[in-house]
Amino acid sequence: MAELLLELLSEEIPARMQARAAQDLQKLVEGGLNKAGLSWGTSNAYVTPRRLCLVIDGLPEKQPDVREEKKGPQTSAPEQALKGFLGSLGGLSIDDCEQREIKGKTFYFAVIEKKGEPTSDVLAGILNAAFDALSWPKSMRWGRSNKRWVRPLHNILAIFNGDVVDVAFEHIKANNQTKGHRFLSPNAIAVTDFSNYQAKLKHAYVMLDPADRRALIMNQAEKLATHAGLVVRTDDGLLNEVSGLVEWPTVLMGNVDERFMQLPPEVLTDTLKVHQKYFTLLKADGSLAPHFLTVSNQVAPDDGKAITAGNERVLRARLSDAKFFWDQDRKVTLESRLAELDKIVFHEKLGSVGAKVLRLQNLAGHLAQFTGADRTQSERAAKLCKCDLVTGMVFEIPEVQGVMGRYYALHDGEPENVANALAEHYSPLGPNDDCPTAPVAVALALADKIDTLVGFWTIDEKPTGSKDPFALRRAALGVIRLIVENGLRLPLLEVFAAARQSFPVELRERETENKKPRSNVEDEVIGSYHDIVHCTDLLAFFADRLKVHLKAEGVRHDLIDAVTALGDEDDLVRLLARVEALSSLVGSDDGINLLAAHKRAANILSIEQKKEGVSYSEAPNADLFDQDEERVLFDALNEVGAQAKVLIGEEKFASAMTVLAQLRPPLDQFFEGVMVNTDDEKVRANRLKLLSQILAVMGQIADFSKIVS
Amino acid sequence: MPKPPLSQRPEPNSETCFQNLILKLQGYWAGLGCVLLQPQDQEVGAGTFHPATTLRTLGPKPWNAAYVQPSRRPTDGRYGENPNRLQHYYQFQAVMKPSPPNSQDLYLESLKVLGIDPALHDIRFVEDDWESPTLGAWGLGWEVWCDGMEVSQFTYFQQVGGIECNPVAVEFTYGLERLAMYIQGVENVYDLDWNGLADDAGGVRYGDVFLRNEQEQSAFNFEYANTDKLVQHFIDAEENCQSLLALDNPLALPAYEQCIRASHLFNLLDARGVISVTERQAYIGRVRALSTKCCQAWLDGEEASDG
Repeated sequence: MAELLLELLSEEIPARMQARAAQDLQKLVEGGLNKAGLSWGTSNAYVTPRRLCLVIDGLPEKQPDVREEKKGPQTSAPEQALKGFLGSLGGLSIDDCEQREIKGKTFYFAVIEKKGEPTSDVLAGILNAAFDALSWPKSMRWGRSNKRWVRPLHNILAIFNGDVVDVAFEHIKANNQTKGHRFLSPNAIAVTDFSNYQAKLKHAYVMLDPADRRALIMNQAEKLATHAGLVVRTDDGLLNEVSGLVEWPTVLMGNVDERFMQLPPEVLTDTLKVHQKYFTLLKADGSLAPHFLTVSNQVAPDDGKAITAGNERVLRARLSDAKFFWDQDRKVTLESRLAELDKIVFHEKLGSVGAKVLRLQNLAGHLAQFTGADRTQSERAAKLCKCDLVTGMVFEIPEVQGVMGRYYALHDGEPENVANALAEHYSPLGPNDDCPTAPVAVALALADKIDTLVGFWTIDEKPTGSKDPFALRRAALGVIRLIVENGLRLPLLEVFAAARQSFPVELRERETENKKPRSNVEDEVIGSYHDIVHCTDLLAFFADRLKVHLKAEGVRHDLIDAVTALGDEDDLVRLLARVEALSSLVGSDDGINLLAAHKRAANILSIEQKKEGVSYSEAPNADLFDQDEERVLFDALNEVGAQAKVLIGEEKFASAMTVLAQLRPPLDQFFEGVMVNTDDEKVRANRLKLLSQILAVMGQIADFSKIVS
Repeated sequence: MPKPPLSQRPEPNSETCFQNLILKLQGYWAGLGCVLLQPQDQEVGAGTFHPATTLRTLGPKPWNAAYVQPSRRPTDGRYGENPNRLQHYYQFQAVMKPSPPNSQDLYLESLKVLGIDPALHDIRFVEDDWESPTLGAWGLGWEVWCDGMEVSQFTYFQQVGGIECNPVAVEFTYGLERLAMYIQGVENVYDLDWNGLADDAGGVRYGDVFLRNEQEQSAFNFEYANTDKLVQHFIDAEENCQSLLALDNPLALPAYEQCIRASHLFNLLDARGVISVTERQAYIGRVRALSTKCCQAWLDGEEASDG
């Protein structure tokens, strides 16, 4: 058994691409081995900023021999058939074939024996193919090269069983050498196998395994922190990134000047972490400590003093920039910046950010009643919520939008509710982001998103396929989470219509002539014809988003469909309550039976109606009932229908389901004892009308035809 | 921003003074066979706009050059009040085609020449893909970090003017002020030691040369540039460029200068805050349309003269 060791040494590979590239290379080579019939024991991939490495152990020294049998024509077959068979064998003559008898007939058989090739020869082809097939998110050419790699490739180390494998990338031929750390050990190193390679690299200041580098970084970081009486703020994303920027990590601690510690912690963190890739440290009370940890790729003779001093100086320059803006921005109030918002375009057709703010004031004020917020405070928060976009700090560090609004509002003496709403109104930004709960913040967060959605719906810029340039799906999910998690009773259609009223009438009344409303909502609820079209279409979009959202929580799609198909349900909390009640019904024995009965009734009806082009939706005539089962069912339907209606009106959905379940015995008896299609035409029509009643009564609760049994 | 007391300024040093750093870089790259050029005599946003890079990185002929390029970023103006931000600064640029196999080593050697010993510092190549939408150009490479500070841009050009680079050129760009601040240990750009002489013996600081320029140019960029005239100048430059390219024998170099002019006028308009987001894209597209045609015309002329 033998070992393959491969290393591709290049200029610095972007940190974010490293892990994926190592995996892809491994998969490509393993795929090639499988195809070539080569088995192996263990396979491991490693990556550093400058090298992709793969080691596969337990490979055979040659491919297994292969014996293949091919059945040919009968010995009595015409010449032509025999020729064709020989032609497919490539070089064998008829004398090389065996004759075998099968069920009394004699056939030619060819036995082809292929000797296995030496693994090293096969490997060359596999590796070359893998180099060509490896795809990078972005790749490049350099010098006079025609092939592409992520950055210029410098060397290929490829050893199988102690010998160099004959592979190449353009003019770069594989050898048994590599190089150590760029600065600490730049000379060539000859290698015999993986353990020799790993040991020599370690000696040459290269820690091959990213997991080792991560562990070492955390270990050093924690030691330094503990020594200073602090705690490292753990951050796996940052740890992965910095471990991809170094081959030999050395963690150093530097100081943040006290004069910068008055800056908002979000600004400090952004500068330290995002721009400088430093770990931040926390004091015992959880606040940011005036220190940072940088992960260097160097072992300097002065123990990193110059490196630490350099990093501190860079940080001072960056933070003094931030402090400059912090001081400048607070010289004027947020409110005084309102006029500037008129100059920022929100969207070509939807006007300026200033115009959006005016709309938000109306909408947030309107929404206050639903979230339990103070109307004046909601309007005030809406008025101020975009003002930080024109501050120096947010211009410099866009990530702190909203958060800066909060700081500046507090500085201006705005109420805390209002200031917090500014900070939270962009939330939630995704499925895992915290969802605001304070009433003013919820009203503003809803208003911001609903205004955006209604606006883009009005100008017909909806997401299509993978294209969603204005992140409208995310906005809808945000609205859903705000409503559901806060249990808000919000009539969405009415709110959409209210939001639409703030857009210019020219925008609202265009391009809808040929579209029909998707629901039978009354006109007076949401206004004009155009409004109905847009608002109901947006509600349908919400239903789709809701399904995606609930899928993660294991709620069945079809149950949501069954409720939304009723058409006029725009209260998400009520909708979910119905779905939940329905879910427990269809999970029960009674539910399964009801569902079957519904299906049966629907099938019979649809077949008969289609045949005759007649509708049986009117009420059956009690005088025409011929059997007791019909009468019993009819009475039960009337009773259950009336009770369910009342319970649904009272939002007692679970009770409505229980009542519905009472239909099971009469339904079962009806289908067992009654033949719908009798010869007496009048009785038959009446029975079909009874079936139609079943659907109508059950249809109050949900559209059962949408449920997949 | 108040001037820091003189005691915080570094001692003048003829080795590390601003002008000597430029001389060192020129000497180093000239020694590697780069043609030493002077700046393009027009307002540009970066050294890349110099025809010695934009045009000469196209086509098959080898080309090595180095030069300082004063670069203007109108929106970065801070009226001389920010110790790290300038609307006018110097870039040092070296460009080599084809990119040598030891490009990284050559670059690191230049840091040593400047007095930055890689053994004492933490030098890192951090992913930074470069793209110039107005030039229709892109490349892959890194920001080079020294102790957490970006000291250079290092780019392998893949396309310029929408045309594939073959062979590929490498571009090294040094932000001279920032580099000098690092080497001199200065926290305010205006304190940089320019000529290595003591203050009382003819010593000149960066602020002596450029502070007033930053103040006045910021006022011009943000307040007084006449936007109607800028728009008209932009249209003029665009039309001039197009008519020069429409000649039977297109004049690629004069046309490209008009394109550079248009690009700078767009930057000024941007700084005046009169361009909306969508208009911005349209302006960028118009400049790119000019630059790609100039690049093609230049390349056509090269091929014609070779043929």
